[in-house]
Amino acid sequence: MTALLEVKNLTKSFQGLVAVNDVSFALAPGRITALIGPNGAGKTTCFNLVAGALSPTRGQVLFEGRSIERTPPETVCRMGVARTFQIVRPMKDMSVLENAMVGAFSWTTSVKEARAKAYESLENVGLAGKANARTDQLTLPDRKMLEMAKALSTRPRLLLLDEVMAGLRPTEAAGVVGVLQKLAESGLTILLVEHVMRIVMEVASTVVVLHHGAKIAEGKPSDVVADPRVLESYLGAGFHA
Amino acid sequence: MQKKFDQTSDPKRWGAGVLVFAILAMVGSISNAYIISLLTVVLLFAFMGQSWNLMLGIGGQLSIGHALFVGIGAYSVAILNIKYGITPWIGLILGAAIAGLIGAVLAWLSFRFEVRGIYFALLTIAAAEFARIMFGGWDYVGGMQGLFFQAPTGSMDLAMLRGDTRFYYFVALTLAAIGVAGTEMISRSYLGYVWRAMRDDDDAARALGVQTFRHKILVISISAATAAIGGGVLGLVQGAIFPDSIMGMGISVDVLIGPVVGGLGTAFGPLVGSMAAIPLHHAMGALGDSFGIPGLNSIAYGAVLILVVWFLPDGIWPAVVRLYGAIQLPARVRISKLQEVENDRAA
Repeated sequence: MTALLEVKNLTKSFQGLVAVNDVSFALAPGRITALIGPNGAGKTTCFNLVAGALSPTRGQVLFEGRSIERTPPETVCRMGVARTFQIVRPMKDMSVLENAMVGAFSWTTSVKEARAKAYESLENVGLAGKANARTDQLTLPDRKMLEMAKALSTRPRLLLLDEVMAGLRPTEAAGVVGVLQKLAESGLTILLVEHVMRIVMEVASTVVVLHHGAKIAEGKPSDVVADPRVLESYLGAGFHA
Repeated sequence: MQKKFDQTSDPKRWGAGVLVFAILAMVGSISNAYIISLLTVVLLFAFMGQSWNLMLGIGGQLSIGHALFVGIGAYSVAILNIKYGITPWIGLILGAAIAGLIGAVLAWLSFRFEVRGIYFALLTIAAAEFARIMFGGWDYVGGMQGLFFQAPTGSMDLAMLRGDTRFYYFVALTLAAIGVAGTEMISRSYLGYVWRAMRDDDDAARALGVQTFRHKILVISISAATAAIGGGVLGLVQGAIFPDSIMGMGISVDVLIGPVVGGLGTAFGPLVGSMAAIPLHHAMGALGDSFGIPGLNSIAYGAVLILVVWFLPDGIWPAVVRLYGAIQLPARVRISKLQEVENDRAA
């Protein structure tokens, strides 16, 4: 199977500080891949490079074979790559439904079609019952779900999720896991940036581990956790399972 | 199930709008000339305020130099009509096209070089002042002495858009109605959603595929073109135009006071705000003249602005809506409405 997204020798330096160093990986369609690593490993930078919010110093990002690393975020989105933000950004004087509608206008100008799609997106993340609520009435987990619904309305083939579980209680995170699994089953490819290891083990079929900007491991979650370099990066040298 | 959310078809909103304009039409038929001419100016500024409101209240782009577009509209109508005898209708269309183009170019240059937000607003002031000084030194358009329309002969000549005060009242009323209905329609169309998303968070909107660069140019261009139409009619109503009066900062302030006082981003706000602020401005001006206190009208503007920002930060109209909502729709009715939707969805 050809890769939906291919990241090749991606490097980003900020005035000499190398945040992402020669990272390569590929995403198979219909799978959940997680990008993990300790704080400051370069996960979010790597994520923003893929999403088009940043341009790399070197390297390539290929989506369906086309290079997107210098494409502006709105075009990347219109090509089929949707993203969420780590800090939730609901539009304040719009209802939950209206928030979810905006993304649909990347492929339609019909309000009716957008509304139907927004419902579908809200349904997919279990928020349909709160369609008419104001966004400031939502709890944090619901807001995270709304971010996901907004992204789903753009009809993505690849969904990039930036720390959707951050700040959630375990039971709430379990709900998110369920949603992600359902989405992947429907054929959506997902790239997840995550700090919480335990959740990653549950949902990801492949894990890419970054440390100091470089890729140190890639593989099935169970293999990766057994890798001494990974343990070292999280827990410090000298700790072996 | 979907109809319920389709607020364009909400008969109550449209009913309220029709009622307001019917009352205003009645007022125009019975009032005396002074009130009519005052209300004409109020309605014209409500319309121009509406165009400004579209740009900031929905599109999130601030202009403090709308006098530029108002002036372009007024001069287009005046030059064609006074110098060549061409109907103001052509002048209005041409003025709108030129203003729309200038707005688009200004926006393109500005955003292309990352001049945004308050810096863009400063640029609009500079552009308006530049145009005012340029027109003041341009002999062809009468320089500082301005241009004078011939006094209208009959009570109404629709083809030449000339008539008495009552005729202009109804022209202004029509424009104001178009402004309210147009804003309502735009804000319920995909443009309204996309523009509000862009206004609230540019990066988040772009991540959802909104081409914000293009949409900013579009909203500014539409706002400029509609302001020019208002300006063209304002010139006709006043009978004469001068760079200082039609392109001065005073016009920019008069344009924005309505939506700011009445409620930013709402369809009725600019109308309500203009109704409240502009008559006060005139009354205080008259009062100041008779008591020999210059600048009383500006103090009144300042006072109204401070009071509104202090007590009703979203403006008068949203406060009225809240009050009305509190009477009409107690919480339990709202909940049952939500319940209805749920049931519809289950069915």
